Amino acid sequence: MIETRDLLFKALSDPTRRALFERLCESGEQSVGALTAPAGISQPAVSKHLAVLRQAGLVQDRQQGRQAYYSARPAALAPLVDWAERMARFWDARFDDLDDVLKRMDQ
Amino acid sequence: MNETAIEARSVVVEREFAHPPAKIWRALTQPHLVAEWLMAGDVAATPGHRFRFGADWGHVDCEVVEVEPERTLAYSWDGMGLESTVTWTLTPTAAGTLLRMEQRGFQPDQKLAYHGAKAGWPRFLTALDDLLAQID
Repeated sequence: MIETRDLLFKALSDPTRRALFERLCESGEQSVGALTAPAGISQPAVSKHLAVLRQAGLVQDRQQGRQAYYSARPAALAPLVDWAERMARFWDARFDDLDDVLKRMDQ
Repeated sequence: MNETAIEARSVVVEREFAHPPAKIWRALTQPHLVAEWLMAGDVAATPGHRFRFGADWGHVDCEVVEVEPERTLAYSWDGMGLESTVTWTLTPTAAGTLLRMEQRGFQPDQKLAYHGAKAGWPRFLTALDDLLAQID
């Protein structure tokens, strides 16, 4: 589980990969060629980013003829949601402790 | 809008305290006070200052990135799974201070190599939120 999460965070740590993933969420299935057109980077570079996204479970691919088509798997974002929920609980508890400290500082 | 939906996702905790900003600022920036409610670490209200928060379960490496005395304190937060930035904002209120903590997991990149269709962004933000809500 930790390994899955690390792969996910590493995949999302790159802004180009985040943009590719979000484009697939927005537009549905796309060929590598269609993804490359507005990218401003080479098709091999796009393919490399897609491979990292696929390894993290964020996208899936389908081969049709000579073209590879990619689609998003937003459910793979679950560890990111878990992280946010865990941190929200962490900070909420810290706010409680801060409240106690502030009251003691009065004395 | 020049940030992506994932970048826009953050953890926000807000609470109003019946104490003035100056006092809360001390609790945020003086190590002996911070240790009592957050973690032990050599925190300082100095931009560029690097320090480490330590706890029995591990540690978090930080670097102060923004300081506006009694208003804003931000530091990077590398630990607990994801590199992020924690920003504290203090706003005076009639009863005391509204304290806001925002933790952002992904930093927008100025040199973004890949530009998606910007026109669709606002609608898409809602769509991603819906998707994420379904995961819960």
